[in-house]
Amino acid sequence: MKTFLRTVYVIWLREVKRFYRERSRILGMIGQPLLYLLVMGNGLSATFRLPVPAPGFTYLEFMYPGIIGMSILFTAMFSSISIVWDREFGFLKEVLVAPVPRAAIAAGKALGGSTTAALQGAILLILAPLVGVKLGLWTVFQVLLIMVLLAFAVTSFGTFIAARMESVESFQMVMSFLIMPLFMLSGAFFPLRSAPAWMQGLMRLDPVLYGVDALRNVILADSPARSFAVQYALGYDLAVLAGVAVVMILLGMQAFARAE
Amino acid sequence: MSERVIIDVQGLVRRFGELEAVRGVTFQVREGEIFGFLGPNGAGKTTTIKMLATLLRPTAGTALLNGYDIRTDPDGVRRSIGLVFQDPSLDERLTARENLEFHALLYGVEAGEREARLRRVLAMVELEDRQHHLVKTFSGGMKRRLEIARGLLHYPAVLFLDEPTIGLDPQTRSHIWSYIHQLRRQEGITIFLTTHYMEEAENCDRIAIIDHGQIVALDTPDGLKSLVGGDVITVRTTDQAWAREEIRRLYGREVVEEDDLLRFEVERGEEFIPRLAADFAGRLLSVGLRRPTLDDVFLKLTGRAIRQEEVSATDRMREHHRRRFHR
Repeated sequence: MKTFLRTVYVIWLREVKRFYRERSRILGMIGQPLLYLLVMGNGLSATFRLPVPAPGFTYLEFMYPGIIGMSILFTAMFSSISIVWDREFGFLKEVLVAPVPRAAIAAGKALGGSTTAALQGAILLILAPLVGVKLGLWTVFQVLLIMVLLAFAVTSFGTFIAARMESVESFQMVMSFLIMPLFMLSGAFFPLRSAPAWMQGLMRLDPVLYGVDALRNVILADSPARSFAVQYALGYDLAVLAGVAVVMILLGMQAFARAE
Repeated sequence: MSERVIIDVQGLVRRFGELEAVRGVTFQVREGEIFGFLGPNGAGKTTTIKMLATLLRPTAGTALLNGYDIRTDPDGVRRSIGLVFQDPSLDERLTARENLEFHALLYGVEAGEREARLRRVLAMVELEDRQHHLVKTFSGGMKRRLEIARGLLHYPAVLFLDEPTIGLDPQTRSHIWSYIHQLRRQEGITIFLTTHYMEEAENCDRIAIIDHGQIVALDTPDGLKSLVGGDVITVRTTDQAWAREEIRRLYGREVVEEDDLLRFEVERGEEFIPRLAADFAGRLLSVGLRRPTLDDVFLKLTGRAIRQEEVSATDRMREHHRRRFHR
C-alpha cells in the first residue's frame, strides 16, 4: 500500500512538473476556449434569443460553464497522450521495469492529468466577469471540486485507451473520434431539455453532460434563469460523475496491469 | 569475484508466434563478474535481457536472479537489477537531477541517503556540473552516462547494459568502458552486457557467443580465442589460386579467401613466417601476422562474420524515426 501511494505520487509529480514547463501548451489551451467563448458565444447570442423569462440573462452566461466543461474534456483527454509519448520515447520502459504495481502507474497518470486539466479550467474562472457572471469564494471552491472530478473521470478514460495504443497517430485518431460527440452532446451549447427526444437519449449517455450540468448548478445558482439552464439536482450530477470516474479508473488500472 | 552464482539461467526459451527468438539458453553468471553476450543483431540478446528483467515472460525455462525467480517473483528481481536500455529511456523535458530523483522515489531509496547517493552517481559519470540542465540538451554520450548513473541509483546487485556504447563515437565509447570498470571496482556490482562490437567484448571476464537464439560458446576472451588454434596469417601472392593449393599441400592448413587475401591459422606465427618466405620466394607480395580476435572466433564458430553495416543501418532508422516524431 505504501509503495502504491508512493508510486502514484511520483507519477503525478512528474506530470505536473512537465505541465508547468510547457508554457506554450498552457497558452494554447486557454486560447481555444477563449476563442469559443468570445467568437461563438458573442456571435450566437446576437442571433439567438433564449426562451427565458429572465431579462438580462445572456447566451454567454449559459455557455460559460459549458466552455469550462469543454476545456476540461479536451485537456484531460489529451493529457493521456503522454502515456503514448512515453511509450514511443522509451520512458515508459523505465517506469514499467520498476518494482512498483502497474495499477499505481495508471492511477498516477490519471491524477496527474486531472490536476493539469483542472488547473486550466481554473484559469478560465478569471474570465467570469467578462461574461457577466459573479463568483463568490464558496462557488469557486465548489467549481474546483467539480472540475477535478470531471477531469479525473475523463483522464481515467483516456488512460484506459492510451494503455492499448502503440502510436501517437492512432491515439489522436481515436481521440478526435471520441471527443467530438462527447463535446457536442454535453449540453455545452444547448440545454438537454430543448433537444429532440432521440438526441436526449444520447445526451444522457454522455458523462460530460453531468459535469457541465453540475457546473451550471453551482455557477448559475443565483441566476434567474437557473431553472432553465440546469437539468438535474447537483447531487445526482455528482453521483453519476463519481460512478463513471470509479469505473473508468478501474478499467484503466486493469489495462495497465495487463500490458506486457 | 566471488564464487556465488547471481544469475542462474535454465533452458530459457522465447517464441514470438512462429519465430523462436531464444532457443533454450543455459548459463551462470558469478557475483562481481563482467559478463558479455556477443552476437549479431537479431541473435536473441535483447530478448534474453528482457526476460531476465521480467519485461517479457519466457515461453519455457526460467532463471534465478539474486535468488529470485523471474517468473514467480518479478518484484524481487526488479529490486535487484538496474537497466540501461538500448534506446534512451530518459525524460528529456526534465533535468538530469530530476530524472534521478524520479528514479530514486520510484525505487523507494530512503530519503536520508537519497541526496548522497545522487551526488555519488552523478560524480561517477562526471555530470555534476550539468545536473540542472534539461536532458534534451545532452549529447548521446551524456545521455548514456546519465542512464548508467540512474541504473545504479538503487544499489542493484546486477546492472544490465544493452548495447551500452551503440551509436557513440570511439572516444565516448572508451569513456563508457572506463566507467564500467570503475563501477565493478568500487561497487562490486555484477555487470551483464550485450554487444556486437568485438573489440569491446574483450573487456568482459567471460563472454557467451550467441547466434540464432543459442549459445554457441562460453568462455573467457582468451579461452575463446584459443578455439581458433594459433595465430592468423594473411598472405597476398602473385597467384592466389596456386598459392592456396600450395599452402594446403605444404602445411596442411585450411585456407579462407577473404577479399584479396588468403587467411589461415598456424601455431607460433613468428617462427612460421621465415619458412613461408623461403617456400614462396619471389611470389610473395605481402604477409600479415596477428593474434586471433573474437571476430575470428565468431567466424570459426558460425561460418559468418558479424557484419557492422546492418547494425548501423538500424541505428540510422532509429535516429530517423526519432527525428520524425520529435516533439
